[in-house]
Amino acid sequence: MANRIEVRFSGSGGQGIILSGVILAEAAAIYDNKNAVQSQSYGPEARGGASKAEVIISDGDIDYPKATNIDILLALTQVACDKYTPDLKEGGVLIVDSQEVLAIPEGNFRAYSIPIFRLAQEKVGKRIVANIIALGALVGLTGVVSRKALEEAVLSRVPRGTEDLNLTALRAGFEEAERLQRAEA
Amino acid sequence: MKAATTSETAEREARRNRIRLMQGNEACAEGALAAGCRFFAGYPITPSSEIGEYLALHLPRVGGNFIQMEDEIASMAAIIGASLAGVKSMTATSGPGFSLKQENLGFACIAEIPCVVVNVMRGGPSTGLPTGPSQGDFMQARWGTHGDHPIVVLAPYSVREVFTETIRAFNLSESFRTPVILLMDEVLAHMREKVILPEPAECPAVDRLRPTGPPEAYLPYASDRDVSPLAPFGSGYRFHVTGLYHDETGFPTGSPAKIRQQMERLMGKMERGAGQIQRFELTGAVSGGSDPVDTLVVAYGSTARAAKHAVGEARQSKRSVALFRPVTLWPFPEAAIRQVSGSVRRVVVPEMSLGQLAGEVQKCIPPKAELRRVNRVDGIPIAPEEILDAIVA
Repeated sequence: MANRIEVRFSGSGGQGIILSGVILAEAAAIYDNKNAVQSQSYGPEARGGASKAEVIISDGDIDYPKATNIDILLALTQVACDKYTPDLKEGGVLIVDSQEVLAIPEGNFRAYSIPIFRLAQEKVGKRIVANIIALGALVGLTGVVSRKALEEAVLSRVPRGTEDLNLTALRAGFEEAERLQRAEA
Repeated sequence: MKAATTSETAEREARRNRIRLMQGNEACAEGALAAGCRFFAGYPITPSSEIGEYLALHLPRVGGNFIQMEDEIASMAAIIGASLAGVKSMTATSGPGFSLKQENLGFACIAEIPCVVVNVMRGGPSTGLPTGPSQGDFMQARWGTHGDHPIVVLAPYSVREVFTETIRAFNLSESFRTPVILLMDEVLAHMREKVILPEPAECPAVDRLRPTGPPEAYLPYASDRDVSPLAPFGSGYRFHVTGLYHDETGFPTGSPAKIRQQMERLMGKMERGAGQIQRFELTGAVSGGSDPVDTLVVAYGSTARAAKHAVGEARQSKRSVALFRPVTLWPFPEAAIRQVSGSVRRVVVPEMSLGQLAGEVQKCIPPKAELRRVNRVDGIPIAPEEILDAIVA
């Protein structure tokens, strides 16, 4: 249970929630040489239903593969934000999309509202890379895996021919995290 | 010295290639390939579909075949046929499909045809809860098909163990000429976990015995041994295969003496092989040791991961608790549970079903021991806290 970090990605089906979880887990397990488990839950719909992915990262063994006391929560819909924020631990990190999530629940955590979908459209020209921007912002803000590991994991997972597109998205996420951290300082 | 460096590099490279973030279903398919499976027939069903999907891609690359059949009944029939032709075969499904396979599964049991059937459990009965986890097929895996019959059921709890137990499933099916059920749940099937796959030499594949004597003297169901060699169809050894009670030659018989002899052998081969088939893991204190167990937790599959977490926490607060995790569910490890539960005060049985495992555990524990059930059938996996509550409350 040493250094157990719990991350939950949440939103709706089709937003790339589960792929985000897989990429983060691969970054931790393969490129940062830690232990990682990724699990998911989803509805029977191909698109539009609730979607949730969880990643547990640890230096030691991971027995229970599900998150119960969350360190980092990404919510790409208001419904997901309202539903899962109570599972955030004190001092945890909440990241939401600023267009989709208008009301951030009260609580003892750090909340970041980021225009993830707008950045995807403006900086990459494709809304579909929103999950990669979110990953970049999440890792930039929390350091849960190294940036290099995340970059390698993204490159090994995305379809051939989309590498540049995804790297642009990832860097847009990193930059947004840096901007927010400068504003905080 | 340059050669050594190159080989070291190659070794490091090989090891790195064995480190993967792998999904449970993918590990099952990889395990099947490593065991020598060269035929898969199936019909896609959540949460098992990735097994067939993976094998559809990879079987042809190793000279194997994949067929998507019209339904689960035909899939089961197809793997029986392929196995009779001498090819290691597998199908994968979930509850509703597993129900459909039962008749042909019984045929494979009585005709003693090696094959592996994967059932990734989801909520049931009927179409139930397709994307939610369950352990509700514990009894169906044992008694789903009618009549007294032998069966082996294995239930891994980690992605790495899915890989190794799939290989063991094939090996046991080949050694004992029996269908083997690999029972998984949705959490394990869809979970991705860091694994370092064992080297092939660590999990050698076992092949069925084949006849070597003159074809006219071949007995596919000889009564003087538990397991007879099985000749692949087309190899010159002609024999009869039927679901009817049959004698040593495979032809139907109505002779009570011959039926009794064959059925006793059929059931007996499992009893006599139990030591080889049964695998379990005991974590924590052992009965009779310096630290007698006060509370025993019995859990399998993904629920055992929550149980392990709970037992770890309970032991940190100086509770005398142990976890018994059966990997082989059937034949049920009665003797082992009887031994470790000899002096326990309480037994906690968490399961994603309403007491199927608990009922079996109840038969093995002292009457004075208190049995506590922790059950969920709502598609939510049991959390460590729920088990911890049952341990300490």
